[in-house]
Amino acid sequence: MFHRPRGPLTAIILLCLAWTPVQAVLTVKITQGTEGALPIAVVPFQWQGATAVPPQRFHAIIGDDLRRSGRFRPVAEGDLPARPHQGSEVDFGNWRKLGVDNLVVGRLEAQPGGRYRVEFQLFDVYKGVQLAGYSIPVEGGELRRTAHHISDIIYQKLTGERGAFATYIAYVTEDVDPAGKRRYTLEVADSDGANPQTLLTSGRPIMSPAWSPDGSRLAYVSFESGNSAVYVQRVKTGEREQVSGFEGINSAPAWSPDGRFLALTLSRDGNPEIYTLALDSGTFRRITRHGAIDTEPNWSPDGRHIVFTSDRGGRAQVYRVAAGGGEPARLTFEGDYNARPRYSPDGERLAMVHGLKGAYHVAIMDMATGSLRILSDSSLDETPSFAPNGSMVIYATNDASGAVLAAVSVDGRTRQRLSVQQGRVREPAWSPFIE
Amino acid sequence: MGPSPYTLLRSLLAAGLAFALLTGCETMGGREDDAAAGGATVEDRGLTADEMAAEGASAGAMTGGGAFQGHPLDDPAGPLSQRTIYFDFDRAEIKNEYRDIVDAHAAYLARNAGASVTLEGHTDERGSREYNLALGEQRAQAVQRVMELLGASPSQLRVVSYGEEQPAEFGHTEEAWAANRRVEIIYKSR
Repeated sequence: MFHRPRGPLTAIILLCLAWTPVQAVLTVKITQGTEGALPIAVVPFQWQGATAVPPQRFHAIIGDDLRRSGRFRPVAEGDLPARPHQGSEVDFGNWRKLGVDNLVVGRLEAQPGGRYRVEFQLFDVYKGVQLAGYSIPVEGGELRRTAHHISDIIYQKLTGERGAFATYIAYVTEDVDPAGKRRYTLEVADSDGANPQTLLTSGRPIMSPAWSPDGSRLAYVSFESGNSAVYVQRVKTGEREQVSGFEGINSAPAWSPDGRFLALTLSRDGNPEIYTLALDSGTFRRITRHGAIDTEPNWSPDGRHIVFTSDRGGRAQVYRVAAGGGEPARLTFEGDYNARPRYSPDGERLAMVHGLKGAYHVAIMDMATGSLRILSDSSLDETPSFAPNGSMVIYATNDASGAVLAAVSVDGRTRQRLSVQQGRVREPAWSPFIE
Repeated sequence: MGPSPYTLLRSLLAAGLAFALLTGCETMGGREDDAAAGGATVEDRGLTADEMAAEGASAGAMTGGGAFQGHPLDDPAGPLSQRTIYFDFDRAEIKNEYRDIVDAHAAYLARNAGASVTLEGHTDERGSREYNLALGEQRAQAVQRVMELLGASPSQLRVVSYGEEQPAEFGHTEEAWAANRRVEIIYKSR
């Protein structure tokens, strides 16, 4: 167990605040680390530019990314035996003595027209060989994202698994303004919580953000009309449209893997049922027919099935139905309550809310065996969402400070809390890979 | 379970005490006020039912004493002043103790074709949010069904569910959860 020092991250967040004055900045705190994490050294990048300090601290962003994955243990900056910036300056003996397996060095150079060039090299310290080396031209606004891309490259080289650092998290915040009115926002931040952008602000609840498979759009539920309605909004332009506003519930949007359909819950026929909506034609098709609650659909990655929550058996359990409709089959049998299923990116697991003796945890079910494993360590946990590489699950929970987000590696070995300075944060949705 | 602060405010307003008590509270009569009452602006949440009744009684006396003179919906002693129905965990059946309240509102609506209500369904925070949105609707529909059965016209009844999104009480206690599992009967401004 270890706690990450708060200093460097706090500094980054203050900078972000100065640039974009938003309240909903997420702070990340690692609450459980991993003993088996690989030691790695990330040396501060050499800065060549007109200002005294670089516009982004690449080594800090990369080191924090790697640490949050639970797979790596970056060496503290003060413990670095040397500060090389390129391969020719590296004395591998120094780093072997420190006991690190891998070393990252790099350079950031300002170029005319607000552009930059960033170069980095990743070394295997024991073999004394370079594992990766890149030279990347960058626009000024893309520096943080480039740092996350470098983290992705390092992560993939060393673990063999695709990195998910250059991705985003959508979430909902709720706060009470000085006049006592509730204020809800829909936010999108980098996967490390930095750089939040407000997509929607409303005096009425916002729910259930869901990323389109290409990451360009978010579907969500907003009560701004006085009733629930489903909207689809382009993340970059903010352009949006209401796609479902019937009488009754319009909620729980989930994208088909090809991005052409939404599955959603409507009660326009008097009772919550799962429908699909063809986005190009606006045609709705009813998938479930039962007098109980059917809601929270999620498409299988191969597009063939929809899993959903139903209380047709008395309490909420997870069911699966063919995407074109048919007879649903019950999937969960453990615990008092299982709801809000989400497929892992490979389709082999389901994350869900699992209620047992009055406590609500995030659990993961293996689709092949049906066995259920509780992943979260608190008791009011909800809204699990897989990272696009399947390595972590982010979810909403409560701690002493209020409503926060938490992330846990799928093996349960590393845990983080993500909180906002003021107000509640909930309903996290991890974006897909964004090309 | 006593009347909601919103109900209390309505009663006081009718009784003519509102201006004295609500100094500084600028807007009245919409859903936003109800939301504000759930927050920190209105500080009367701690009153017991008896204290509320006492407030109502003294307010009545200010209008001249004796029987309540105002609109029947505003009579603090009548069942119509009760506008919140509470439910058991993960259930949508109306409990016997609330049948009189639902019946009284249904009868009022049946007698007053011009009146109409929104039935707002809410749940506690436990379980998933979308499931709770559906559960809140089932609660509001349960009230709607009884009211229609007792003569209210479908056009007088509008159902909306907020699930767990608009709790009356924050907090993670049995008490807060019980206060949040509710249907609010909200009369369209008259």
